[in-house]
Amino acid sequence: MISAGDLRKSRDLNRAELESFARENEFPVIDGTEATFLFRGAADEVLMRHWIYGLSSTQAFERIDGTEFWTLTMDIPACSRVEYKLEIAEGDQRRLIRDPLNPHTAQDPYGANSVVQGAGYEVPDWVHPDNEARPGEIVDHIIGSEVFGEPRKFQVYLPARYRETRRYPLLVMHDGEDFVRFAGLKLVLDNLIHRQEIPPIVVALTQSPKRLDEYAANEKQGRFLVEELVPALEGKYALVGTPEARGLAGASFGAVTSLHTAWNHPGFFSSLLLQSGSFAFTDIGNEHDRGPLFDPIVKFVNAFREAPGKPVEKVCVTCGTYESLIYYNRSMVPLLERTGMDVRYIEARDGHNWDNWRDRMREALSWLFPGPLWMIYE
Amino acid sequence: MSGAREIVLLGPQRLKPTLSAALKQSKVKGSVAVVTAGWEEREGEDRELAEHVGMEIRNLSIYQRVEDIFERDGELFEAMRGRHNTMRKIQTYYRLQLAHALESARELLGRSDGESEFLDPARADAIRAVRQLDADHLKRITEVHAEFDAKWTPGDREHVAHHRNAIASEMSACQALCIAGGHVAILLNRMRLMDVIGLAPKVPIFAWSAGAMVLGERVVLFHDSPPQGAGDAEVLECGFGLCKDVVALPHASRRLRLEDKTRVELFARRFGPAKCIALDELSQVAYSNGALKPEVGTQCLTADGLLKELSAA
Repeated sequence: MISAGDLRKSRDLNRAELESFARENEFPVIDGTEATFLFRGAADEVLMRHWIYGLSSTQAFERIDGTEFWTLTMDIPACSRVEYKLEIAEGDQRRLIRDPLNPHTAQDPYGANSVVQGAGYEVPDWVHPDNEARPGEIVDHIIGSEVFGEPRKFQVYLPARYRETRRYPLLVMHDGEDFVRFAGLKLVLDNLIHRQEIPPIVVALTQSPKRLDEYAANEKQGRFLVEELVPALEGKYALVGTPEARGLAGASFGAVTSLHTAWNHPGFFSSLLLQSGSFAFTDIGNEHDRGPLFDPIVKFVNAFREAPGKPVEKVCVTCGTYESLIYYNRSMVPLLERTGMDVRYIEARDGHNWDNWRDRMREALSWLFPGPLWMIYE
Repeated sequence: MSGAREIVLLGPQRLKPTLSAALKQSKVKGSVAVVTAGWEEREGEDRELAEHVGMEIRNLSIYQRVEDIFERDGELFEAMRGRHNTMRKIQTYYRLQLAHALESARELLGRSDGESEFLDPARADAIRAVRQLDADHLKRITEVHAEFDAKWTPGDREHVAHHRNAIASEMSACQALCIAGGHVAILLNRMRLMDVIGLAPKVPIFAWSAGAMVLGERVVLFHDSPPQGAGDAEVLECGFGLCKDVVALPHASRRLRLEDKTRVELFARRFGPAKCIALDELSQVAYSNGALKPEVGTQCLTADGLLKELSAA
């Protein structure tokens, strides 16, 4: 019987032992903080491509002599979650594939990645379907927008047992439809509401057709929300309709536009959820190395850092330790705290991806919108 | 108030209802009065309950009646809001003290490295401190209620009296009172204002979830694994005191870490000699004249940190 440790030494293993090892294990094999990957197949080179900022973005597998097995061992700290693909080079061809021996995958708008889960990481139980949780409903809408000069589609999540006789808080979620598709947001909301960890809440799921422009500190997006979308929702649904019961959320560029909107319309929302915000800034001038898409963002974040004001009452910032944005997000926290806002910062050993944003939802939402779990016993 | 009235405490009813069987077991026939005020604005959505019970139900509409009183009697509404604010402040400071006291008690109970000669008295002191906080808190809350009642005499106010009369009339045609769960503070406050228990002095009571919680001498809020905070159970209020020495814990297996001996022991010793009854689905215990008659499978938290059959505890 061979072990992951034998693979790491890997010189005198015979094919039968390797085949048996491959058959009997789930990969990567996690041993403390080390993860050992195995690939079997014809190749001239096998590389791991990951998105861990600070490490070289590719790590080379080693071929086990005289076999078609390739192996790689790398450090994966406890509770980490890392998405990756394998790059297989054969002749002139290079292809990116998911790890055939790893059953764990994560979806995003571009497809799916393999996932390595470090020791101690567990998919939270509140992201799985719960038969006892009453399902909410997602309703399609379209709104004419003078700000954008065209109609905009969006969706609304209505909690289970939504009643016109009650008044609900509102959360506006940028990239909301993607959050539903890739971060299981509907299921998460159903479960957290069922557990009373957040109150029954109405969530506007907005989706921009030009997010890299409209979410990049573009004042039109803020005006669309404040002048058109929220008033329309408050006219149609049984919402509390005051700033204390309005929240705004987004990830990546969605976090930028959330902060930008709140900054331009202080007091309109009372809470912000900013996940992995693309808060690029500079300390001298506005020149940066992140490409032209970031030009308006850098200008905005620099201006925000100069005069943040107090756009909302509560702000929750989350970011993955392995993201290139971690420096910006960590830097934002003391600045936000100095404004007098109530700030919660959550960092996890994960990357710039939907599962990371999903996994932080319970702590973030239950802090921003505390549910009545201490009071309700049904 | 304990008398010989039969009270049956049940587990949650949504997925595995047992109320109908319990009513039959107690030979209740005819109409039953129901209180669903804990469901708040959904109070009237009692069709499923009626179908399950299979006999006429008369919803006392306690939530709606109090809404009506608030609308008509602005002075009383303001007074009740003032009392609520007072109690919220008292609760905040009690909670702050409790957090430290419970942390110390948990640490002492969880230690296994000390000599019991010294550790046991320290543990007892820590638990005594928590009990004292609970008792002082309950005393303050009782005083607030007494002052309020003396000043405002709610029963003498026109709209309160009107609705109490209507409830008494409804109750006179009913053979039992059923109290559903929901928002425990709303249920308690509205039942108190409407004097539901006083207007139903003889009929048996069947209660579950928050409904069961309000029948004890104190209402204990609990959750061992909330998404925020340490999960410190706290006394909210005095209950109706119909079930002496009973702390009802609906959904205990979901809300409490019952495998954590330290937390279970602390809970049981903190509220002892009251029985801390785990009212999970299918649980059932009858209370009459101070005696408990549990159905098989109904468990309680014990001072040795374990969950045991209530009948054997």
